[in-house]
Amino acid sequence: MFGKLSLSAIPFHEPIIMGTLLMVCLGGAALLGWVTYQRKWGYLWSEWFTTVDHKRIGIMYVILALVMLLRGFADAIMMRAQQAVAASDAAGYLPPHHYDQIFTAHGVIMIFFVAMPFVVGLMNLVVPLQIGARDVAYPFLNSLSYWLTASGVVLVMMSMFVGDFAATGWLAYPPLSELKFSPTVGVDYYIWALQLSGLGTTLSGINFIVTILRMRTPGMKLMQMPVFTWTALVTNILIVAAFPLLTVALALLAADRYLDMHFFTNELGGNAMLYVNLIWIWGHPEVYILILPCFGVFSEVVATFSGKPLFGYKSMVYATAGIGLASFIVWLHHFFTMGSGADVNAFFGISTMIISIPTGVKLFNWLFTMYRGRIRFNLPMLWTVAFMVTFTIGGMTGVLLAVPGADFVLHNSLFLIAHFHNVIIGGVLFGLFAAVNYWFPKAFGFKLEERWGKASFWCWVVGFYLAFMPLYVLGLMGMTRRMNHYANPAWQPYLIVAAVGAVFIAAGIGFMLLQFVVSIRNRAANPDLTGDPWGGRTLEWATSSPAPFYNFAVLPKVEELDQFWADKEHKRAYPRHERYADIHMPRNTGAGLIMSAFGTVLGFAMVWHIWWLAIAGLVGMVGTFIVRAFDTNVDYYVPGAEVEKIERARLVPLHKLIENVGPASAGEKVA
Amino acid sequence: MTAITANHGAIAHGGAHDHEHHDDGSKTLLGFWIYLMSDCLIFSGLFATFAVLGHNTAGGPTGKELFDLKFVFGETMLLLISSFTFGLAMLNMHAGHRGKVIAWLFVTFLFGAGFVGMEVFEFHHLVVAEHAGPSRSAFLSAYFGLVGTHGLHVTSGLIWLLAMMVMVGKFGLNDAVQRRLSCLSLFWHFLDLVWICVFSFVYLFGVL
Repeated sequence: MFGKLSLSAIPFHEPIIMGTLLMVCLGGAALLGWVTYQRKWGYLWSEWFTTVDHKRIGIMYVILALVMLLRGFADAIMMRAQQAVAASDAAGYLPPHHYDQIFTAHGVIMIFFVAMPFVVGLMNLVVPLQIGARDVAYPFLNSLSYWLTASGVVLVMMSMFVGDFAATGWLAYPPLSELKFSPTVGVDYYIWALQLSGLGTTLSGINFIVTILRMRTPGMKLMQMPVFTWTALVTNILIVAAFPLLTVALALLAADRYLDMHFFTNELGGNAMLYVNLIWIWGHPEVYILILPCFGVFSEVVATFSGKPLFGYKSMVYATAGIGLASFIVWLHHFFTMGSGADVNAFFGISTMIISIPTGVKLFNWLFTMYRGRIRFNLPMLWTVAFMVTFTIGGMTGVLLAVPGADFVLHNSLFLIAHFHNVIIGGVLFGLFAAVNYWFPKAFGFKLEERWGKASFWCWVVGFYLAFMPLYVLGLMGMTRRMNHYANPAWQPYLIVAAVGAVFIAAGIGFMLLQFVVSIRNRAANPDLTGDPWGGRTLEWATSSPAPFYNFAVLPKVEELDQFWADKEHKRAYPRHERYADIHMPRNTGAGLIMSAFGTVLGFAMVWHIWWLAIAGLVGMVGTFIVRAFDTNVDYYVPGAEVEKIERARLVPLHKLIENVGPASAGEKVA
Repeated sequence: MTAITANHGAIAHGGAHDHEHHDDGSKTLLGFWIYLMSDCLIFSGLFATFAVLGHNTAGGPTGKELFDLKFVFGETMLLLISSFTFGLAMLNMHAGHRGKVIAWLFVTFLFGAGFVGMEVFEFHHLVVAEHAGPSRSAFLSAYFGLVGTHGLHVTSGLIWLLAMMVMVGKFGLNDAVQRRLSCLSLFWHFLDLVWICVFSFVYLFGVL
């Protein structure tokens, strides 16, 4: 009846897990109670859970990512604490079985459920506004994508309390991840969580490619798109081209585990290195899926806060596309030690080094944009400068690792760990934080305050260097990754410094949360009245903050790059219109949420081998989709009169403001 | 933060706005093409897997011993004919013959179901009579994985066909229905194309 599931699946004997469970239950109960007390369920359901508005979906993605960042960081600091103490005779406080789950969960969560939803959320929030569109190409599919990601999150979080999580490392290499060596449900949680969220990501990719190719405002040519939109386009192409391979690799692993097949087993002809190849054919493009949109963020931020057009726009576009293409011919550098021979390794080593060329082009473009600019060091710009320094170090160690000979020494060492945290924290995360500070006013209508933001910034940057520079040294000293315990006492001082770094990062996260709280509480002090708080150049700043649900009352006409900047220069920004046409909009739907709920049931049932429930989940998912397909009431028109009312409420005071201070600087001076 | 909602101030969807319709169909078709390309990559992964593992029979039976080309040729014919009948359904759709569209979709469904039935029979035969199930060797895992994935796709296509027959009956041949039929048609022909590759690389090369 319940498959492998029984009460013994709950780890009552693990005090750390039970303590966490208690905290989660209490916190969850408090949250649910508060929402009930405030009578907000109806509001949440009709305004957020069922929304098809890309801006709100984007916000929900980012909130999901921030919540999961806390979980992923909790894993990180536990590992740092363990390694700081577990030298020589000391065993530390985490038993190996638990420790292995923690480093696996840390990697899986940080990549799939922090970085990915963060990046997808940003694209949701920003891309349609930047191209002057009213929504994405398939609003319902967008909602489905979000909720599928959320159902992956639910499964991962559930694995902590019901059963266990994979103890295999974040990519679950076979044969370790095969049933024979990982007989518990951990790897199954891993497989189904990633399959569900991966499906959501693939659908997002398709959605955004079509949105960018087909829904640009009249006149906007490809080479007039803002750089962030360009990076989003390339990223989504990478998503559609790479994620199917992840689906294949995980499906075949599932076939091995569930149907006794032999794709990757040691016996009967299976080939484990096939899995490693397949997963990295997805995995390498994946890291560019994460970093390219952040390169886009930095490009927007640098141009805006230097008060200059971006230096080398075209080279930026070609560099982005070049990195995108090259990302598919480097995957083997993740396992030079497989033994494919010198020729193969040389090819992949050289192709890897070549990627640093377009990346270097980008870096110089940003520097030249800043050169002789009037730089304003607001938070987005601070994060950008920190990125430029940090990412360069990470990039150089990456080129070092691209040398197959060096890689044979450094493979699987902490040097590698330091390298990829150097580029993912210093590149992706710093970029996302720059983006949060940059676009927050566009999402909510007020700016984030800077004092706590700067405290957070300095803690993060200092914490990062303290936590990861010692890891480079440890790697060169021969310490390998994923060690629960080590015998060499010479490593311990470095690991203690790294743990101190993690504490600094914890403070950085704490200050960031404080920054949000303080900003929300003092929101009246930091309003963005113009919709253009930073003196922006691209179209998202042309509409109000927060943007109305239809984004643009009249679709803006575009004739050049940085159209909004030119409009402000020529005093034709914020045009008044005599009449407003009715606006066609998609209607909210709960179908995406319901399908994903069934998907969660399907995943959970598959994990525990509850076949009848799995069938019910699948039928529910497909059935909901078919019912949705028969629904003809999926859209509506906003009457022109209502649009006019909303626009007037914004434009009349805005024009008064501009008469007083001038258009180009209205944003900066007022906000 | 704003009180404005997407459901606020809604008016009924009238005919007066058809000139600026939300989706003119081209967006959906482009998106569906991109989806097909991603699906194509799934199959490419499975073909690559078959290429790597195809000779790892682990002392078990080889393709040459197992495959019955005449039977598979029959399967192939059913699928090819179903593509042709789908084409007839599409021609009738463009001509606006609602009843004929449903009829040809039904014929397509029968041929497709026949294909899936033959495949199930073949799998059953391999597992039970030949003791050559997917857990026998990496070669057979790769074979069942690739052919089975195609079979699952055709089965989803059959469910979709049923839904479309009901939809044509209920809504007639309106824009949305035509758009969806076009997508299904692309999907169906795509599966044909994949099957040609399966037939060539798995079965034909297998018996060589």
